[in-house]
Amino acid sequence: MSAQSLPRPAAAKRSLPKINPVYVLVAALILAIIVMNPAFGEPTGYMNFLKRVTALAILSAGALYVIVSGGFDLSVGSIMTLTVIGSSMLASNDPNSTYWIIPLMLCIGAVIGLINGLVVSYLKVPSLIATLGMMITLNGVAFMWSGGAPRGYLPDTFRFFGRYNITDIPVITLLPVAVICLVVFGTILWWGMHRTNFGRMLHAVGDNQQAARLAGVPVERVRISAFVVSALTAVLAGVILGGRAGVSVDIGSGFELQAITAAVIGGAQLLGGRGSVPATIAGALALEAIFTLLNLLGLAQPVRLVVQGLILIGAVAFATYQRKRAGR
Amino acid sequence: MSDVPTIEMRGISKSFPAVKALRGVSFTCSRGEVHALCGENGAGKSTLIKILSGVYRPDNGEVLIDGQEQHFKHPQEALLAGISVIYQEFSLLPERTVAQNLFLGREPMKNGLIDNKAMVAETQRVLGLFGVRHRIEPETLVADLDVASQQMVEIAKAISLNAKVIVMDEPTAALNEAECEVLFSLVDQLRASGTAIVYITHRMREVTRLANRVTVIKDGEATASFDHVPAPDVIVRAMVGRDISEYYPEPATSSEIGPVVLSVSGGTNAALRDINLELRSGEIVGFAGLQGAGRTPLAMALFGAAPFTSGTMTLDGKAVHLTSPRDAIRAGIGMLPGDRKAQALFLMQSVRDNGMLTARSFANPFGGHKANRFTDLTGMNALLDQMKVRAPSYEQEMRFLSGGNQQKAIVARWLALRPKVLIFIEPTRGIDVDAKASIYHLMRDLARAGTAVMMVSSDLPEILGASDRIVVMREGRIAGEFGRSATEAELMLAATGETGVAA
Repeated sequence: MSAQSLPRPAAAKRSLPKINPVYVLVAALILAIIVMNPAFGEPTGYMNFLKRVTALAILSAGALYVIVSGGFDLSVGSIMTLTVIGSSMLASNDPNSTYWIIPLMLCIGAVIGLINGLVVSYLKVPSLIATLGMMITLNGVAFMWSGGAPRGYLPDTFRFFGRYNITDIPVITLLPVAVICLVVFGTILWWGMHRTNFGRMLHAVGDNQQAARLAGVPVERVRISAFVVSALTAVLAGVILGGRAGVSVDIGSGFELQAITAAVIGGAQLLGGRGSVPATIAGALALEAIFTLLNLLGLAQPVRLVVQGLILIGAVAFATYQRKRAGR
Repeated sequence: MSDVPTIEMRGISKSFPAVKALRGVSFTCSRGEVHALCGENGAGKSTLIKILSGVYRPDNGEVLIDGQEQHFKHPQEALLAGISVIYQEFSLLPERTVAQNLFLGREPMKNGLIDNKAMVAETQRVLGLFGVRHRIEPETLVADLDVASQQMVEIAKAISLNAKVIVMDEPTAALNEAECEVLFSLVDQLRASGTAIVYITHRMREVTRLANRVTVIKDGEATASFDHVPAPDVIVRAMVGRDISEYYPEPATSSEIGPVVLSVSGGTNAALRDINLELRSGEIVGFAGLQGAGRTPLAMALFGAAPFTSGTMTLDGKAVHLTSPRDAIRAGIGMLPGDRKAQALFLMQSVRDNGMLTARSFANPFGGHKANRFTDLTGMNALLDQMKVRAPSYEQEMRFLSGGNQQKAIVARWLALRPKVLIFIEPTRGIDVDAKASIYHLMRDLARAGTAVMMVSSDLPEILGASDRIVVMREGRIAGEFGRSATEAELMLAATGETGVAA
C-alpha cells in the first residue's frame, strides 16, 4: 500500500463533521408525511407516531449492541412475544402484579441473553444460528404457555408504559409515557455504547476479535454482555408494545429483522465494529415513517414486507459501496 | 545486450486528485538485467509499476516496450505484451490447483473439454525450469502451499506467459531466509535466461545481492540512478534524503542491564521443547530463527495466548501461570503481534481508541471512556505525540494511516500500561526505513527505562543491529545464544543446525 491510496485532502475531508444521512432521510420522510397528511404536524399526530415507534426504537438500540460486537440477535422478537404472553398469563387481572411481573420478565430476559451469549462465545455456534434456535424455542414456549390462544389481560398498570398519555401539557399538549421511556432508555443505551469503556470494547471486539483478545479485552464477557443488553431491551420493548397493542400470540414476530434494518439504515456495520445509538433510533423512525407513508398511499402489509426487505438489502449494499470507496 | 531496452518509461507523471504521485520519472530495464527500484513506502514505486502494467494511465510521458510506444488501457494488454507483475498480495485462487492457476483463463482445450493432462505437463515443465518441480506438485491446491511456494507459482505463471519483463514487488516480505535464497537463485536464473527484471525492495542486502542497476524514487521523483550498485548507505541516504548514521541506537551498557524480570525453565508445549530463558530489565533480546522455529509460539506462550503445558515461569522472581493474554497483561507483559492487520489493528476505530483500548480493558467497564486509572485522552494524545504518530487527527480512523504510523500507535497502547516485559514480533515488517529507525530507538528508550524487551525478527541485520543479546531458535528449542558481535553466518548456521561448516 502506498501513499497514493490515502490522499491527504480526502483524509482532511473525512475529519470535517459529517452528518449521518439517516437524519436527512428521517427529516425528508416526516416532511413527506406532513405534506400528505397535515394532521401529522399536530401534537396528536407526531406524538402518536413516536409512541408507535418507541418499542422498535428501543429494541433496535439494544440489538445494535450485538451488531456492533459482530453478531446478530434474532431472538429479540420472540422475547417480546414471551414478555407479553407471559405477563398476561401471570397477571390474572391483578393490577398490583405489574410490580413483580416486569422485574421477573427482565430477569427471564437476562437469562435468555446470557444463554445466547454463552452458546455463541463458548460453544462457538454462529450467532445467527444460535439466536434463530432461541427464537424458535421461545416462540414455542410462549405458545405452550398461552395454550395457543391469548388468555388473560394486561392490567392497566402494565399498559401504562405503552398506552398512557400525559395530557394538558403546554405547547405539546400531550406526552405519551412511551416517549419518556424512549428518551430515558435511549439515553442509557447511548451512554453505554458511546461513553463507557464497555462501549469501546464492544466496538473493538466487532472490529477485530483476535486483535481484541490480544489487546486484553475480555472478549467473551463483552459479547455475552451485548446479548444480555439486547435481551433486556427486548423485554422493555415487549412491555411497551404489549401496553400499546394488547395481547396477541405473534405480537413480536418480525421485530428482530426490523431492528436489524433500523440499525443498518442508521449506518451500523453488519459484522461489527461500527454503529451509533442515536442513528439507529433515527433508523427506526425512518423505517416507521416509511411504513406510515405506505399506509397513507394505501399499500397493504405485503408491500410493507417487500419494502422492508429491499431496504435491508439496499442499505447494506450502499454501506458496502461507501466502504469500498473509502478504500477498505 | 541489444541497444533497445525492453522497457523504457520516459518522463512519467501522474497526479491523483490529492497528490502528485510521480513527476517526470524515467526508468529503463533491459534483457538479462535486474534493475532494483528502491524507495520508502509511498515514494511512488507502486504507482510507477501500475502505470507500466496498465492499471493506471500516465498524465504525461510514454511507455515503450522493445522500442514501441504502448498505451495500455487494461492490465490484460500489458500482460499480453509480456509484462508480468508479481504483487505482494498474490492473485492466485486458493481453492484451485497450481496447474489451474497457471492456466487461468487460457486453459488448453481438447474436444471442447479442458485438457488436464496438457495443463499438468506444461506446469511440470515450467516448474522444472527453475528446479522446484519436486517442491510443488501441479495438482496441489494453492491454499495448501506455503507463502514461498505460492510465490514460486506466481513466477511460474509469469514464465508460462512468456513474460519479457517480470516485476517483483517486495517479493521477500513474507519469506524466511532459506526461502529468500531459493528466490534469489531463481532471479539469477531468470536473468541468465534473458528476462528483464524490475525488483522493488527496500532491503539493501537484496539490492547488493541481486541488482545490476539501482534507481531510487523519493517523493515521486527519481532522485538517484546508479548503473552499478553503490554502497548500501549511499542508497539509503538517497531514499530517506538524509544521513542515517544513527539508524540503530547504541547498545545497552553493562550498567544499564538490570536484574532478571522474566525467566522460564523447562517451558514446553506442542510447539516448544524445554525452553530455558531469562529476560533482563534494560536489555533487548533478539530472537532469530527460520520460519517455524518456534519464535512466535514462544512469544505467544510468554504472553499466555498459547501457554506452556509444562515448565515454570517466573516474573520478578514470583512463579506465574499465565493462561490468557489478559493474565499476561495483568502480570505486566505486553506484546505487539507480527501480523498487525489481523492481530493488532482496529481499522474502523480511531487512532486514539486504538491506543486506549488495553487501558480501557482493564478499567471499570462502566467507567467513562475518557479517563481511567492508566491514562486519559490527554495522556494518550501525549503518548501518540511522543511516538510521533503522523495523522491529521487522532480521531482519524486507523485504516487511513501508513503501516509505520499504525505500528507506532499500537506501541502507544502498551506504553500507557508501562509493562515490565514488552514483546515485539517482526516490529518493522512492511514499515519504511525512516519509521524503522524510530521503532529501534523506541525499543532502546523503553529498555533504558527498565523494560525487558524481546524482539522476534526474521531480518538478520535488524537482529544484529538492535539487540543486546541474540537467541537463535530451531525446531522449537533454543539452539544458541550470541552476543551482539555475532555474524549473520553464525546465526544462520545455528538456525539451520548445520554447525561446523563455517566457510
